[in-house]
Amino acid sequence: MSAVLTLPHAARFRVSDLVARALLVLAGVGLAVFLLAPMAAIFMRAVQDSNGEFVGLRHFVAYFATPALARSVWNSLWVSFLVAAITVPAAFMFAYALTRSCMPYKGTLRLIALIPLLAPSLLPAIAFIQWFGNQGALKGLMGGVSIYGAPGIVLSEVFNTFPHALMILIAALALADGRLYEAADALGTRRLRKFFTITLPGCKYGLLSAFTVVFTYTISDFGAPKVIGGTFNVLAVDVFKQVIGQFNFSIGAVVGLLLLVPSVVAFGVDWIVRRRLTANLTARSVPFAPKPRTGFDGLMFAYCALVCLALLAVLGMAAYTSLIQLWPYNLSFTLKHYHYALVAGDYAPAFWNSLKMGAWTAVIGTVFVFSTAYLLEKTRGLGPLRPILRLLALLSMAVPGLVLGLGYIMFFNHPSNPLNFLYQTMAILAISTVVHYYTSGHLTAVTALKALDDEYESVSASLKVPFYKTFWRVTVPVCLPAILEIARYYFVVSISTLSCVVFLYAPHTILAAVAIMNMDEAGDVGPAAALGTLTVLASVLVCVLYALVTNVFLTRSQAWRLNPEKS
Amino acid sequence: MALTGVSLSVAQGELVCFLGPSGCGKTTLLRIIAGLETQSEGRIVQNGRDISTLPPASRDYGIVFQSYALFPNLTVEGNVGYGLVNRRLARAAIRLRVSELLTLVGLPGSEGKYPSQLSGGQQQRIALARALATSPGLLLLDEPLSALDALERIRLRGEIRQLQKKVGVTTIMVTHDQEEALSMADRVVVMNKGALEQVGTPREIYEQPASPFVADFVGRVNVLNAVSLGGGRYQVGRLAIEGGNGFDVGTRVRLYLRPEDRIVEGNLDGESNRVSGLVAKVEFLGGHCLAEVKVPEMEGQALSVFFSLNQVRELGICEGAHLELALRPDRIRVFASAS
Repeated sequence: MSAVLTLPHAARFRVSDLVARALLVLAGVGLAVFLLAPMAAIFMRAVQDSNGEFVGLRHFVAYFATPALARSVWNSLWVSFLVAAITVPAAFMFAYALTRSCMPYKGTLRLIALIPLLAPSLLPAIAFIQWFGNQGALKGLMGGVSIYGAPGIVLSEVFNTFPHALMILIAALALADGRLYEAADALGTRRLRKFFTITLPGCKYGLLSAFTVVFTYTISDFGAPKVIGGTFNVLAVDVFKQVIGQFNFSIGAVVGLLLLVPSVVAFGVDWIVRRRLTANLTARSVPFAPKPRTGFDGLMFAYCALVCLALLAVLGMAAYTSLIQLWPYNLSFTLKHYHYALVAGDYAPAFWNSLKMGAWTAVIGTVFVFSTAYLLEKTRGLGPLRPILRLLALLSMAVPGLVLGLGYIMFFNHPSNPLNFLYQTMAILAISTVVHYYTSGHLTAVTALKALDDEYESVSASLKVPFYKTFWRVTVPVCLPAILEIARYYFVVSISTLSCVVFLYAPHTILAAVAIMNMDEAGDVGPAAALGTLTVLASVLVCVLYALVTNVFLTRSQAWRLNPEKS
Repeated sequence: MALTGVSLSVAQGELVCFLGPSGCGKTTLLRIIAGLETQSEGRIVQNGRDISTLPPASRDYGIVFQSYALFPNLTVEGNVGYGLVNRRLARAAIRLRVSELLTLVGLPGSEGKYPSQLSGGQQQRIALARALATSPGLLLLDEPLSALDALERIRLRGEIRQLQKKVGVTTIMVTHDQEEALSMADRVVVMNKGALEQVGTPREIYEQPASPFVADFVGRVNVLNAVSLGGGRYQVGRLAIEGGNGFDVGTRVRLYLRPEDRIVEGNLDGESNRVSGLVAKVEFLGGHCLAEVKVPEMEGQALSVFFSLNQVRELGICEGAHLELALRPDRIRVFASAS
């Protein structure tokens, strides 16, 4: 029977192996050019003067010798720490209510709590100014303390990071083994003791992970401190001021590197923690199912409702501001801010550009992320390249958007770079966003691919079917929910991202988040709020579309997914 | 898992089982044959063609995995015809071949179903049909039955063997289940720690284990510490036992004897290796019992002895009963002590 196999046959399939390797190398080159090279450019720039001469650590010395700049390091650290110290317990209690109580409306509450993910990070800052600023509706509550500066930054970042911490903590709390609680009950253990001996130890890695994520997000966020920070300097704003305000790229690179340090440390911590997290639950575990307890459930509901109300109040203020003439003098309804933001104003193309960029990022990002994850997980050969690629895929998370953007200017704006043509195009905005948000998409893809049988590719090879056919006929259809999820994620993050693109936009490629920042700076709060509201609405629309597609279309076209009665 | 000194040839149409504990290298060996893993040295030759360095797709085999690896989004027809579509066969020809294969594996008419609508055993059969669809010269089965429940496993054992004989395809199967290996294989390859311990027919493996490992791993066995007295006689405690091959006088050895290799009924007067003892424990195993017999003359070494339920009744086997038996000298295997 082996005579069936003729030589050209054999040769053809070795070609398919070569194709897989070539594509993997290509993915590696892509990540090297668009992640590693810009980072290397920053490192180089930090130790060079403006003529490209090596000056060692002189810029670092100069930076720390400037008291105002050096103070930013301390400011950034304590503000981020404070935000994490507030957000993590608040999100933990919320997650606890969702996973461990029988309160009503869990789905709605969870949905509302995740809404901040859809807003650009500077939108809450604008809303908080409306609430607590000099003309604020609730200024009296501040007791004479100005919202501009640390208080405003902390409030805005708590709003921004709440859903990030919540998602991690829900996952950690959902991992609980119900048998442990039953064993404790059988031993007559009191509630509080169960909480401290089972619940907390069970999610300590989740707590740590949430803490590092919130900390990293806050220290590298640029939008909120730019809007509400006032004279309170933080590292992220320093980078911006040095580069955009003073064209001091070397000091900008130094600050960028400083910003990278806590992120990389947090990344390391998170990486170690996540590896432990998975070992928590074994196949024998039984999920914990809460029992109704009227008092406790009511208390939990009250807390969650309060949090949701607060979150909605922030967004609601932004929406309200966009619909009235001028706070607090003329509260009559108007659509003029929308008209200004979309049609009449200087930044009219911004919203459409953002939508276009979001679509590009969703397409390019999803194809690149999923294909690369597939090649990494399911093809063979090129052993040494694989761990490097995996590390790069995770490392993109550790690079703050501002730092990545700075690296992009230094690398791609260099006249001798053959990729210089990318500079000031929509493409570079999309590419930088794909790279900046690579990790999350990558992890989604890897999780979906790992759930597939490892032997599909082996079976295909034994049946003489080249890998790309199996990829197209089996892997893509089976992973379609994950692929759509990655696309949705990319769209949502790219229409609200600011830090990554703030250095890279050109007048004709200006994006919504940048326009919001500029309009706010010019005092056009109404149009800024209008554009922010539109961004949130666009994201909500995409999320609704995604839910419709996955719930209606997928269940109909993918009949095999349902597990109908055994025939 | 490192493999060393593996040399094996498989005849056309033969079913060979790789048997061994987990981690013995049997799956690694199968995956090397499939080209899914690469050997650092050594050659693999199939039908006179050296396939040692060929990628999996250039080799000629069909494979069935423990997990079946059926494509969940394709129907049974799509799965079984998966390798045929790529051969640019006419659609009608593919359909015909698929229905032929489904009849062969006993699931005619299931073309339109999805894998999730089938039971484990049915999925296994579809995986088998898919592997056979392209008429490969070699069929590789990687623990094909271990994900099934006990009854289904025993039924499929027979079916796979029958199918394999009917198609006449050379087959290599990996299993850790000795019963499976003994009942299905033409030849069994017992592996341990990356090396071949013994290659032989199921009966050879069971009756003439080539090493203490094989004797221990396949079936139950009594192990008695002894010292050679020369001339095929061995001192066990105060007893002299006859059996097996010769060792130099004074060599420390171990005697291996299966629980059923004893004579208990009829007149034992003419038999050699007569021992007597007290039944210390009777373990009920369904169709038969395993009795632990304390033999005072063996100084603390107990014997496990099989009895059918009838024998238990007729000979009055119960805890505390006195028992006379003779150990069959022709069945005692002797190996030098490890240390």
